[in-house]
Amino acid sequence: MTEPDQAPDRRNFVTKAAAIVVGGLISVVAPVAGLFTVFDPLRRKTDTRGLVRITSLSALPDSGEPRKFPVLDTLVDAWNRTENVPVGSVYIQKTGENTVRVLNTVCPHLGCSVGYNAASSGYFCPCHKSAFALDGSIADPKSPSPRAMDALEAEVRDGEVWVRFQNFRKGSPDKIPV
Amino acid sequence: MANRLNDWRQWLDSRTGYKGLLHEVLFENVPGGARWRYVWGSTLTFFFVVQVITGTFLWMSYSPSSQTAWESVYFIQHQMMGGWFLRGLHHFVAQAMTVLLVLHLMQVVIDGAYKAPREVNFWFGVALLLLILALSLTGYLLPWDQNGYWSTAVSTNLVGMSPMVGQSMQTVVVGGVAYGHHTLTRFFALHAGLIPGLIILLIVGHVYLFRKHGITPKLPPKGPDEGFWPEQVLRDAVACLAVLAAVVFFVVREHGAPLGAPADPAEQFSAARPEWYFLFLFQFLKYFPGKTEIIGAIILPTLVLLIIVAMPIIGRWRLGHRFNLGFLGVLLAGVALLTWQAVSADRNDAEYQVAKAVSRRDAERAVVLASGGVPITGALTLMREDAYTQGPRIFSRNCASCHRFDGHDGLGNALPKDSISASDLKGFGSRAWVSGFLHADTILTARYWGGTYHAEGDMAMWLADHIPEGEDEVTMRQNVVLALSAQAKLPSQAEMDVRDSARIALGTAFIRNTDYGCASCHTFEDVGTDSPDLTGWASRDWMIAFVNDPAHPRFFGRDNDRMPSYGVEKSLTQKEIEMVVDWIRGEWYTPGSKAGRR
Repeated sequence: MTEPDQAPDRRNFVTKAAAIVVGGLISVVAPVAGLFTVFDPLRRKTDTRGLVRITSLSALPDSGEPRKFPVLDTLVDAWNRTENVPVGSVYIQKTGENTVRVLNTVCPHLGCSVGYNAASSGYFCPCHKSAFALDGSIADPKSPSPRAMDALEAEVRDGEVWVRFQNFRKGSPDKIPV
Repeated sequence: MANRLNDWRQWLDSRTGYKGLLHEVLFENVPGGARWRYVWGSTLTFFFVVQVITGTFLWMSYSPSSQTAWESVYFIQHQMMGGWFLRGLHHFVAQAMTVLLVLHLMQVVIDGAYKAPREVNFWFGVALLLLILALSLTGYLLPWDQNGYWSTAVSTNLVGMSPMVGQSMQTVVVGGVAYGHHTLTRFFALHAGLIPGLIILLIVGHVYLFRKHGITPKLPPKGPDEGFWPEQVLRDAVACLAVLAAVVFFVVREHGAPLGAPADPAEQFSAARPEWYFLFLFQFLKYFPGKTEIIGAIILPTLVLLIIVAMPIIGRWRLGHRFNLGFLGVLLAGVALLTWQAVSADRNDAEYQVAKAVSRRDAERAVVLASGGVPITGALTLMREDAYTQGPRIFSRNCASCHRFDGHDGLGNALPKDSISASDLKGFGSRAWVSGFLHADTILTARYWGGTYHAEGDMAMWLADHIPEGEDEVTMRQNVVLALSAQAKLPSQAEMDVRDSARIALGTAFIRNTDYGCASCHTFEDVGTDSPDLTGWASRDWMIAFVNDPAHPRFFGRDNDRMPSYGVEKSLTQKEIEMVVDWIRGEWYTPGSKAGRR
């Protein structure tokens, strides 16, 4: 920015320095104020849910074939708070007299919705062709999914299935809650 | 390293020619040297950029629809990190820009900078002025709060008054015949898209023409010519810093920008006022009653604008420049006078002051309610079902023609002293209230039964015949006060009622006594025969039943003095009766409390 024909006298330097300092100072205020709000989501804690009742045990076939259920719970979305609305969905299989297996229906690869295929008796993700066995483990070694389907903590109380619904980070070999 | 940088610069310059451009931008000649009076154009450009930046960030969190606009702005203001500061910056920079626009216009007119060959540039400037005012107007609606809603409704109705196409124009601008989602989407697109886009184009033209003709030097020159960089840049930057400091002062003092209660088309809002810099127009309209309104609203402002546009042409005549100066002076003085009139009229308007207080109360309440989570139907639902918000309104509309609340109508409006008066219901059922009621002297005042037929009834007579004498009787009367007040089960007295249970038991025994106690007339639990029933007297259920039908045999029966049976006549819904009762009892939802929402 310095022009060769300009004499670099002291006064000129002070003026330039002052202009740059003041100019810099006034220029950062608006962007910085805005960036605070942009990074606001980082400081918001994920809502950890308690156990949610999903269904009664009698709704599940004894064969162990999975059934898909919506998870109804309180949805907090920025300013909105809505009770008793779907916040996700789960596959539930009866694994014993009083035991169940609960899988999050979301693919651990990139978050598509995994379908159940009764013919192959396994799960299949339509997006990138990840295949999972009935217990949620990776069925085809060529599956792009880095881990098995996400099993969720569940309890059977008085013939009712209660689940602690959670989502996990996608694309990671480890199951990390988000 | 330095060489590498130089090479890179050479490469970039050969591809873009940026050095020439930079030179053009920075080394413009400032004849007579840098001066403070030249800073206004630069400060306006700088703050326009600030608005674009803060506006874009606000955009990331704003949601334009009638169920989410207020809610998203609430979220920015009260929940997001630094949101209040960002919003405050956008709000107060907008105000500062209006002031800067006036200063810029004054400087241009005083220095004669509009004269040939700079006429076109002056017109660019006038267009920019109008567009920036249009930004203010459209931005005022976006938070969708009561003030923005009702003030902007006035502006769009004025559009509808324009001759011929007015009505159609209004419907197009509003996006329908009434305010709604499309009003917001349209105003938002205007505010964040169309108008800023036009402004950018015009600023480019404005600066291009300014550079083409050069600065209009103020004569006599102060000294030798200087370059724009760095002398004038430093002055411009310091001016920006000063304005920014003032803005930040207001942002911090006001903790962001004001946000009223969510807009409610059904709720009268007498506190509606435009932004302070439009107050003069608001006041001006008052001088054009009835059919002449169009003169004040459209014809005269258009004429003033035409004169401003014609200034470069007027300025060619001898004395033309003086006319322009005089016109601008008179115009600004008029604006100042009208603004002052508007402010002082409001200051002396008791009704406006009450409306203002109510609007503040609502605004604070809306934030409290929203902090517990907003339903998808919007924050307005919370306000409409809230006892604290609706109670005083229902009271004012229905009860205040006879009753008082702390001497006023529930909202704070004074009432004529001689209007028929039933009891003052502030603190109804509380110990203080009952103690005044069960007293031969005070029961006959306007606070209690002084203005009712009951003043000559059995109860007033009994009190006159049974003035407590001696310490024992005084204590017993006090016990009865505690016992009767305990029947109300007021949440504010819950602790005291537990603490004084022994005295309450003694008082209750007196109430139950059928020989000389209250039950010698009144029904109480399983004893007594006559009405009103004192079982659960002034409790929530008792009050709801009472307001439903005071003429019911359980209450005043045939002795009822003019009080309407609001529930039986269906002049109030059950929900409304519950809300006014809850409000009188001081029972309303507070987020985080165990009570939850009713």
